Amino acid sequence: MIRQYAGMIFITVGITFDFLGVLGLLRLPDVYNRLQAATKCVTFGSAGLLFGVFILKGFTSFGFKVLLGIAFIFLTSPIAAHAIARAAHRGRVALAPESVADLYEADRELKEEDHATPQNT
Amino acid sequence: MKILRWLAGAVVIGALAYLNFAVFKAPFLVRLINVSLFSALFVLYRVVRGPSPADRIIAVDILGILIVGVLALIGLYYNQGFFMDIALIWALLSFVASLAFAKALEGRRLDD
Repeated sequence: MIRQYAGMIFITVGITFDFLGVLGLLRLPDVYNRLQAATKCVTFGSAGLLFGVFILKGFTSFGFKVLLGIAFIFLTSPIAAHAIARAAHRGRVALAPESVADLYEADRELKEEDHATPQNT
Repeated sequence: MKILRWLAGAVVIGALAYLNFAVFKAPFLVRLINVSLFSALFVLYRVVRGPSPADRIIAVDILGILIVGVLALIGLYYNQGFFMDIALIWALLSFVASLAFAKALEGRRLDD
């Protein structure tokens, strides 16, 4: 009985996090802000939802497949988010006009100067 | 203009929540599946109207993760295990597609 309630609570919290992450994907002004909100909230939300399904189903084949899904999401979602953010920044997608600093761009320019100076002198 | 956009969003979300939780008669799990599918609908708005290609790629990636959750819930509702197989394959293909799109956006070759 308490297993049913715990599973449904996990599933409800996961759906709520999914919805809030998608709301952040709609509302935020910038590619990077959208990526941050959506990836964190949706990853945690879907992982919590799958954990709720695992609590409801127990150690059956369905439950083990759900655990495999949790491990897969936790491994692959940050990698995809990092690749997309790096590609967006290198593809010169503009930041929001409210943003105050772009330290990654400054760091890259500094490194290119360091590489360029020995060849010139 | 900003107030108008806030009002439109509040009306849409309120109408969907009212129809889902007060009018529609179904088990509680089906209502949760409906909420997740509404979220997928909002993601499709970002896919259609995203200003840059990176927005569309993010939206498709998030849509894949949402679909994994929806498939797990549908498998729980029908008490069938094979929906989770579909969810795993969907997650794998979504991950590979996101990496390939990111590399194509960056302008590198796919085997780099």
